[in-house]
Amino acid sequence: MNIRLLYFAALRERLGIAHENCTLPDGVTTVGALQDWLAVRGEPWSGAFAEMRRVRAAVDQSMAHADTALRDGAEVAFFPPVTGG
Amino acid sequence: MSGTRASVVRVQQEPFDAGAEIERLRAGNPRIGAIASFIGVVRDLNEGDAVAAMTLEHYPGMTEKALADIVAQARTRWDIDDTVVVHRVGALRPTDAIVLVIVTSAHRGPAFAACEFIMDYLKTEAPFWKKEATGAGARWVEARDSDDTARDRWAKRP
Repeated sequence: MNIRLLYFAALRERLGIAHENCTLPDGVTTVGALQDWLAVRGEPWSGAFAEMRRVRAAVDQSMAHADTALRDGAEVAFFPPVTGG
Repeated sequence: MSGTRASVVRVQQEPFDAGAEIERLRAGNPRIGAIASFIGVVRDLNEGDAVAAMTLEHYPGMTEKALADIVAQARTRWDIDDTVVVHRVGALRPTDAIVLVIVTSAHRGPAFAACEFIMDYLKTEAPFWKKEATGAGARWVEARDSDDTARDRWAKRP
């Protein structure tokens, strides 16, 4: 499964990249599994995901949870809790 | 235009003119009996530190979708007419207006409630992030638990 990954705000700065394309191994089919897979990929992902107290996610531009399913071609974003308004 | 209810959502760098937005909604719409509005403004102090400037980042595409979803939720709860949500992004300074919400309705109750509901959900669900420039350097603003609490109390309300 191929996905487009986006990072925002403090997470984007910590990782040093705003986006990347990923080919996921079989078995990585949810947001939670993706986050775990990124964290064991090595630095900077492991450190960044460990340091952030809370990371929120969106799939195809809707807020998602750990058990939200991924699909081929999905746009998945990770970011800190939002602070607008 | 009878029966048409407009939901305007804009994300922009430019300042907005709240008075002009309100006049545009009022003009020629005799259904409107109440207009509630909220303007969020950049303060010069946060967490005890002087704030010289601020940069607002957002997630283009999702931001507009999230704001439209929040307004749609408000419409399922209250009988309201037109809505306007304008949120600024980019560089802002103390005294600059950041966000504008306007809700019109026949009576004040739905307008007040929907305006507050939209702001409470915007604070916790719309993908914006503030970075402050202070004397000690730049820092990302931390989300507040009190904002989650403000949103969650709507789940308990009729």
